[in-house]
Amino acid sequence: MAALYIILTASVIAISCGLLGSFLILRKMALVGDAISHAVLPGIVLAFLISGSRDNIPMLIGAAVLGVITTLIIEMLQKKAGMQEDASIGITFTWLFALGVILITSYTGQVDLDQECVLYGEIAYVPLDTFNLSNGLSLGPRALWISGSVLLLIIAFILKGYKGLVLTTFNKDYAASIGISTAFWQLAFMSLVSLTTVVSFESVGAILVVALLVAPPAAAYLLSQNLKKMLWLSTLFGILTAVGGYYLALVLDGSIAGAMATFAGVLFAGAWGWSKLTSKHSGTIPVTDKKNISTFF
Amino acid sequence: MDIRPDCPAIEVHNLTASYNRKPVLWDVDFALPQGKLVGIVGPNGSGKTTLLRNMMGLMKPDSGYVNLFGKSLDEVREKVSYVPQRETVDWDFPASVMDVVEMGRYRKGNLFKRLSKQDKILCTEALEKVGLLDLAKRQISQLSGGQQQRVFLARSLAQQADLYLMDEPFVGVDAATEESILALLTQMKSEGKTVVIVHHDLQTAYEYFDWIVLLNTRLVASGEKEKVFTPQLLQEAYGGRLTVLSRIGDLMAKQDFPLREKEFKEAKGTGDGKTY
Amino acid sequence: MEKLIEFISFSNPNVRFVTLGTMFIGMSAATVGCFAFLRKRALVGDAIAHAILPGIALAFMLTQSKSPWVLMGGALVAGWLAMFLIEAITKNSKLKPDTAIGLILSVFFGLGILMLTSIQHSGAGNQAGLDQFLFGKAAAITPSDLKIYIAVGLVLLALIFLFFKEFKLLSFNPDFASILGLPVKRLRFVLSSITVLAIATGIQAVGVVLMAALLITPAVAARAWTSSLKILLIIAGLFGAFSGLVGSYISFTAPQMPTGPWIVMSLSAIAIFSILFSPQRGLVAKIFRQRQNRQKILTENILKALYHLGENQKSQQNYFSKKQLLNHRKFDAAELNKGLKILAKKLWLIERETGYKLSQTGLPEAQRIVRLHRLWEMYLSERMRLKADHIHPNAETIEHIISPEIEHQLLHELDYPELDPHQKPIPY
Ligand SMILES: Nc1ncnc2c1ncn2[C@@H]1O[C@H](COP(=O)(O)OP(=O)(O)O)[C@@H](O)[C@H]1O
Ligand SMILES: [Mg+2]
Repeated sequence: MAALYIILTASVIAISCGLLGSFLILRKMALVGDAISHAVLPGIVLAFLISGSRDNIPMLIGAAVLGVITTLIIEMLQKKAGMQEDASIGITFTWLFALGVILITSYTGQVDLDQECVLYGEIAYVPLDTFNLSNGLSLGPRALWISGSVLLLIIAFILKGYKGLVLTTFNKDYAASIGISTAFWQLAFMSLVSLTTVVSFESVGAILVVALLVAPPAAAYLLSQNLKKMLWLSTLFGILTAVGGYYLALVLDGSIAGAMATFAGVLFAGAWGWSKLTSKHSGTIPVTDKKNISTFF
Repeated sequence: MDIRPDCPAIEVHNLTASYNRKPVLWDVDFALPQGKLVGIVGPNGSGKTTLLRNMMGLMKPDSGYVNLFGKSLDEVREKVSYVPQRETVDWDFPASVMDVVEMGRYRKGNLFKRLSKQDKILCTEALEKVGLLDLAKRQISQLSGGQQQRVFLARSLAQQADLYLMDEPFVGVDAATEESILALLTQMKSEGKTVVIVHHDLQTAYEYFDWIVLLNTRLVASGEKEKVFTPQLLQEAYGGRLTVLSRIGDLMAKQDFPLREKEFKEAKGTGDGKTY
Repeated sequence: MEKLIEFISFSNPNVRFVTLGTMFIGMSAATVGCFAFLRKRALVGDAIAHAILPGIALAFMLTQSKSPWVLMGGALVAGWLAMFLIEAITKNSKLKPDTAIGLILSVFFGLGILMLTSIQHSGAGNQAGLDQFLFGKAAAITPSDLKIYIAVGLVLLALIFLFFKEFKLLSFNPDFASILGLPVKRLRFVLSSITVLAIATGIQAVGVVLMAALLITPAVAARAWTSSLKILLIIAGLFGAFSGLVGSYISFTAPQMPTGPWIVMSLSAIAIFSILFSPQRGLVAKIFRQRQNRQKILTENILKALYHLGENQKSQQNYFSKKQLLNHRKFDAAELNKGLKILAKKLWLIERETGYKLSQTGLPEAQRIVRLHRLWEMYLSERMRLKADHIHPNAETIEHIISPEIEHQLLHELDYPELDPHQKPIPY
């Protein structure tokens, strides 16, 4: 039963991350997502300190607001102080993360979080913290309920806002030219990303949530010609990651979250190889000449 | 040279626009006629894209304003279609040709609804007009440059607008496609549409357009092509920048100088009317 | 206070190691980080820092040794592999750099965590100490660690000194560098290697997550103070070292406090201070400059208005009241008072019961403004073909900004005109 709960919770989180991550990488904001996942830490610690528990929903939302503020700070540093994008992301999240760690160590007694948990979560403990009715009947892990609700929210948002989300992702200027507020869509989307990272935090930690946000969508992106397929594939890869990661961790007797990230990387490698193999035959025309892109220092 | 048409499709009033306080358009002021093929012509970096972005409200000018059909953009938005430069989007986006064309039918009002049958018909027709119907299901990354340009054109046609603003639609397009696009534009003109095209190639500009705006950070000329295409005006547009102008622009950026004093910024039109 | 003295006196050898160690680490990372910053690779640095983890774990698994040399070796290999993979993915797939960076960062890190936890659980060897790479172990720096940090720091500085010109070109103008025939590929290899080296040492002070700050934040802060690369490197290095000092001092006085996050906090504080208060590029200086501009515009407008009024009455000796000034031009009444006060202080105008007139020193100033205004109008109408009814608002701003050199150029280009486009005389 515990195994099932862990896999179920991990899958739900992975699907949420995969769906949002698909748009995140298409918006070229993968690293902003990375920054958010770190920057919510002080918010989570404060939420803890104020509410005394980690599952208080208003407090989770409060922590998520900090993630949204992070995106605004990053944007402001670029616009007002003329800072380049990479540096503005880099200094913002490290500063907030450092603040979070300092808060944790200052209030060790009051906060049931430790540094390891921050980095890679404690999904193995998820089944222990259950949601109980007043007559003592257990309804399953609390984390599953919370991340399940967030997943439903995300699905509803994508179904209802599909056109706006796609249009502002693909061609921002055009969207603005027909009178659509790109700022609104950006804000709504980043709020969901932020909420998801907060909710996933205790299960998979700050860095491995990035693996779930990026790896399954990246693999799906390489294999898809259209966005709907990409979203479905991200979902599928998310579930595979959860299942594969769990058993990999079992075999190696290591961290489940770490194993999930590793497994997601393996899936990506497979997808990359597969796309290389198949593109040789279909003769696609490469549009972007990437020969000159270099990411070396 | 600034010839004023009777019933203008676009009036640009005293438009000054800048990036990081450095002006790239200085007091541009002209009007364009309806039902014509208009070329906005100037060398690279002369502010053509910036001008179009200002017309579409995509950036805030430092001073001045633009009227479309005598009204502000918000009142006539559904009659105006904007075609951005092809390089501004990522063509690796997982979407089919039809997906992109359908965006032409998106409106503020139907953003949360499904497209109607009528919408879909319009999209199919638009694709047929640009000759891409057989590629409707193809992923956009697998198109050639000319085909991508035609996808944008089809999306624009699907918008069913009266005024079209297109940024460099002939860039990266082979000769045959260029001809077919031009034929299409001519046909649109004959249907009474106004088509404004940003173009940097002097060789073909005279042949393609009825009306030409010569731009180089400032307005050099606006009028019927016969009157605008004089050696002197062309020399002025293509013969380099005005050094005083660019030096002042640099100074403004460096000293954080405002481009307009407050009192002139709010006033729509030509300032307070006093002349000294 | 006692603590501070004890800290400064360096009498405690432990304090000495920790402080010197973090200072050296901070300095090396900050100096090398300037190039990463200029080449816009801040987040590649972040990814490398995370990716080093599995390298360290693997090195330990293979050798069962915790010698800093062995672990550094593993770190370097993993860092290089990560950098290579990021570039390979970006070039050979449609993924964009941000995705490739995020992917490698998180997957490598996950792999590292998996390996570390697996080692831990299997009880294979005494792994305690490996997780110090996660959070940094500044508080536990030993003399042999210190030797490594100093050696690495000196090597980095020597290489930067040696290749300064080449790295500079690589950072500011890589295309030009290859045109000049520089071995760009090899140079990038050297630069990348020393960056990975700096990261591999740096994570021992602040841990993998915060490493990006050690690399980038000093450069961001230093950039606010200078535009010269040499000075940038020096200032950034000093900021890096200083933060190391602050971090170790804080964890010395409050031992439960983590050193790494405090180093990052002090770096961030320096950066925020620099962004706000540096004299050239700082936001406060900018706001101050804008206020000065507004004041200049206001006073010059008043001078001009007085000149116009005098010109209309054909005498600059008459006095004009505030009311007349307000009628002439839509000044804000409070602003007008403020401007008049400033001008009176400068003795550029003379005040009487009945009003104001330009003084002998104020008149040439007023003439200058009017001259610039009318010259600019000439320029607009002659060179920019603006129509007479459009040129005025533009000239209203530009007159305040034209420098003497530009005025000279204008006069020269327009050939010293007598009258402006409205047929008003241009005062010389
Ligand atoms: N986003 C931007 N930020 C700063 N400068 C810009 C930006 N976009 C354009 N510019 C500058 O503005 C000038 C005009 O650009 P643009 O309008 O794109 O010219 P054109 O379309 O005629 O080639 C150029 O000098 C360009 O460098
Ligand atoms: Mg352009």
